[in-house]
Amino acid sequence: MFRYQSVFFLILRRLRTPLILLISILAISVLGLTLAPGLPDEQGNPQYLSFFHALYFMSYTATTIGFGEVPYDFSNQQRLWVIACIYMSVIGWAYTLGSVFALLSDRNLQQAIATQRFARSVRRLREPFYLVCGYGETGRLICDALDRLGYRIVVLELDQLKVGQIELQSYAADVPALTADASDPETLRLAGLTHSHCAGVLALTDDDSANLAVAISARLLAPRLPSLCRATRRETAANMASFGTRHIINPFQKFAEYLELALHAPAAWRLLIWLTGLPGTTIEQHRDPPRGPWILCGHGRFGRFIAEALDREEVPLTIIDRAPPKGDEHPWIIGDGTGADALTEAGVDKAVGVIACTSSDVDNLSAAVTARDLNPGLFIILRQNQFTNHALFDAFESDLNMVPSQVIAHECLAVLTTPLLVPFLDEMKRRPDVWCHELVEKLTQRYGWKVPRVWSERINIARAPALYRRLMQGHSVTIGDLLRDPRDRNQPLACTVLLLQRDDDKDLHLPPDDTDLRASDELLLVGHAQAQRQLEMLLRNEYTLHYAVSGRELTRGWIWRKFLSESQR
Amino acid sequence: MNLEKVLFGFFILLAATLNFGFVIGEIDNPAHHDIYELFAALVVSLIATVLKFGDRTQIGAVQLSTSLVADLQLIAAAMVWGYAVHVSDGGLTPHMTASVVSLAAGALLANVVSVIFLIAETLMQRR
Repeated sequence: MFRYQSVFFLILRRLRTPLILLISILAISVLGLTLAPGLPDEQGNPQYLSFFHALYFMSYTATTIGFGEVPYDFSNQQRLWVIACIYMSVIGWAYTLGSVFALLSDRNLQQAIATQRFARSVRRLREPFYLVCGYGETGRLICDALDRLGYRIVVLELDQLKVGQIELQSYAADVPALTADASDPETLRLAGLTHSHCAGVLALTDDDSANLAVAISARLLAPRLPSLCRATRRETAANMASFGTRHIINPFQKFAEYLELALHAPAAWRLLIWLTGLPGTTIEQHRDPPRGPWILCGHGRFGRFIAEALDREEVPLTIIDRAPPKGDEHPWIIGDGTGADALTEAGVDKAVGVIACTSSDVDNLSAAVTARDLNPGLFIILRQNQFTNHALFDAFESDLNMVPSQVIAHECLAVLTTPLLVPFLDEMKRRPDVWCHELVEKLTQRYGWKVPRVWSERINIARAPALYRRLMQGHSVTIGDLLRDPRDRNQPLACTVLLLQRDDDKDLHLPPDDTDLRASDELLLVGHAQAQRQLEMLLRNEYTLHYAVSGRELTRGWIWRKFLSESQR
Repeated sequence: MNLEKVLFGFFILLAATLNFGFVIGEIDNPAHHDIYELFAALVVSLIATVLKFGDRTQIGAVQLSTSLVADLQLIAAAMVWGYAVHVSDGGLTPHMTASVVSLAAGALLANVVSVIFLIAETLMQRR
């Protein structure tokens, strides 16, 4: 901490020599001027400049103002000395200004100033914020979404260019960002890891070891803070899990799970992508992945996860890869997925789907185009590695696009912003698919296919003071009473309770409207953004709540209340 | 032996000695207080201040503050002198001389403290 506060001292130390030079030059000049004999006065004695006049003269001469010879004309001896003074002071000032500009353009100093400014703006944050380490594609998606949801963000990124991009993005709130290595604990601390308003840490760099370092720092310095870490290798994930990182996101594994769910329970899968979509986007309705023989092009990190997922679903699978198999029992074609030969050999005419998941976007597209030529009815899943290629992938219109950065972003947002969503999704996967189908039909009819707002509310004194007091006074409030439009109570509020969690009771999924609410209940809601604001109003404002629940306006002020209760008696 | 340390000690001590030389004598007698000495004391004190810039230790910070006090006092003394000689009608009266010298005496106290710190730091380091 200390080394960032000393920018001021750094400047002073660097300017020590020029300042001493300036003082010396001024002192020598002034001293010389007082000693140089001037023109004689009436008695013929030479006049001398006093210190006062000498300093006055030097001050305006050295700063190039130049009023002339004041208070009276100089003698030639004095002029000789003044010539020397002028050249000395010009050199002194030139040297000082040169040092100042060199210092200002010094990279170390600029970095120190930027760090100090960053640390100050983080320290002054007085609302919940998320610390995002790594502003790549994933980082940008998440920052966009968090900003849209009204959270503050602090960004650490190694690449100066990407930090520059943050200023070009039009975020609603100011985003403090620093070019620094996030794996340095000191930097993390500056970025607010131990700040009382820090709501979570996201380690999203494309370097597994840096993410691991962030995870360790978060675990040790801020153990209660939720931390989300991206890991693309199994070893890193295992390492993170070993010291209690709560959320480890492997985009490949996650997508394989989604695919498994899509094959297994299409409605549950649709509900999941609808609930966890990026805010402001609309879910496109795809056909469900069919069951039957599949072809997998590329058996790398991602391919292995997909193969395992398809095996669990007992889907026959043929693999095309350049390298021979290593202890794998699937039918294996050694060759290039981009060529028609290998695809025909793998039985593309009888297959129902192709997954192109090599680490090269061009290869993936090429394989997909060839496969669709050979068999137009194929269900095609494409892996898109680079966000910049999205125009090509959009033009191809695959059935499913797997973009690692988006998978991570969805997962992070779901975990961070609504902790209750994860238990709900787990439950959803256990329920029969018919239940999910009915639910998704009901919800999308009411709210449309645009990604809805999903949020949770806890009924306590801090989050919902009005409702909490009402419940404490012994009134009973049901879900149906609460979810009413505060402008017209006959209209229902455009949101639905998905999950009600009670400390001492079983979780209630889709609780009916006549369920009584209790203090310290936690609710998971889905609905429109406007409904979220209105519900917040109901939970916080006594008068609004009273109107919504009872249909009568509550009187404001002690005198009115007293008066009305007397007259009602 | 370290040139930086030599210069540092030299300037601090010189600031104190020049200051002392100016202050010593009858307080209201202009003949006892040479203006060149005040000038030298002020310049040396300013240089000593700049030399202390950028020291991040605790004792360095206190050193800097004592130096700033000395500068302030000496500048005030110089201003009173300038006012007396060039602006006021009476010139350098005993009253004015006493003001100049007492301000410089205050600076002397700060310089003495500075020297004490210098000695303390030297003894502390034992190198």
